[in-house]
Amino acid sequence: MFMPNIAVIGDNDSVLGFKAVGVTVFPVSEPDEVKAVLRSLARDETYRVIFITEEAAAAAKEQVANLQKRMTPVLTLIPGSRGSMGFGMEQIKRNVEKAVGADILFGKEGR
Amino acid sequence: MELRVNPTRMELNRLKTRLAMAVRGHKLLKDKRDELMRQFLVMVRQNKELREQIEERLAQSFRKFTGARAVMSAEAMEEALMYPQLELKVQLSIQNIMSVRTPKIDWEKAGQGTTEAAYPYGFAETSGELDESIATLAELLPQLLELAEVETAVTRMAEEIERTRRRVNALEHVMIPDLEHTVRYITMRLEENERANLTRLMKVKDIVRAKSV
Repeated sequence: MFMPNIAVIGDNDSVLGFKAVGVTVFPVSEPDEVKAVLRSLARDETYRVIFITEEAAAAAKEQVANLQKRMTPVLTLIPGSRGSMGFGMEQIKRNVEKAVGADILFGKEGR
Repeated sequence: MELRVNPTRMELNRLKTRLAMAVRGHKLLKDKRDELMRQFLVMVRQNKELREQIEERLAQSFRKFTGARAVMSAEAMEEALMYPQLELKVQLSIQNIMSVRTPKIDWEKAGQGTTEAAYPYGFAETSGELDESIATLAELLPQLLELAEVETAVTRMAEEIERTRRRVNALEHVMIPDLEHTVRYITMRLEENERANLTRLMKVKDIVRAKSV
């Protein structure tokens, strides 16, 4: 049976390790590269689960947002090698605000 | 605000059925919203915990990786990671949570070296930190996939909740009051007609009687 693969997009330092654990990696260094890779992966049936570093995602915000609205591929943000930029958490927070109308998860912290 | 309709009995009947339908729909949608919200809150908590864990573990792995990079030459590093021993395969299926379609990810390892953390290189020329970094990463992968699953579900559910809430509000604050007003308006108009008719009849009767006497 055909089984799709997992892909990781990000800068070289962040993605190299993933190569060893059986994930296809797409090292990118420039914003335009990110966009091109995302475009081709969106059409490619071989990758159904894509992880993208927050830094790379920041370079192609619109595309990421559009892809996340689709059923496949499943696109998820992960922190890059330079540490978390908080985009992933930001997204959770936005979801809560959208659904509940107010932020009830993160309110207690940060004080 | 009343709807612009003819105050007839037929229209009244039609509106009454619509009102009953709207009320029923409102109740159902409200229940849907409440249940969605309950499940959403459970999942979003899970989502947050998962992400916190992953961000921490991933940072660990990256730290080790940077360590390894410092002691090994870039070429040796590339070489060590050049040919992966295993491949991760995923299977996507669709899960249905309260009629929200979310992806479900099943995965398996393929290729040689299906044991835990199979290193694609010999130990002689690589640094121990690289091993640790990759072991952490391998452990983390199932969690990463779970995060992908949960996070997409949470996003979809948030959208669905918002949409359902809008519909509930539209029914509650616009549709239902409008219909109620119009029903009342028509009933009153009909009653008024009835009274007008009655008085007219009485008047006619008086005239007829006056003539016959």
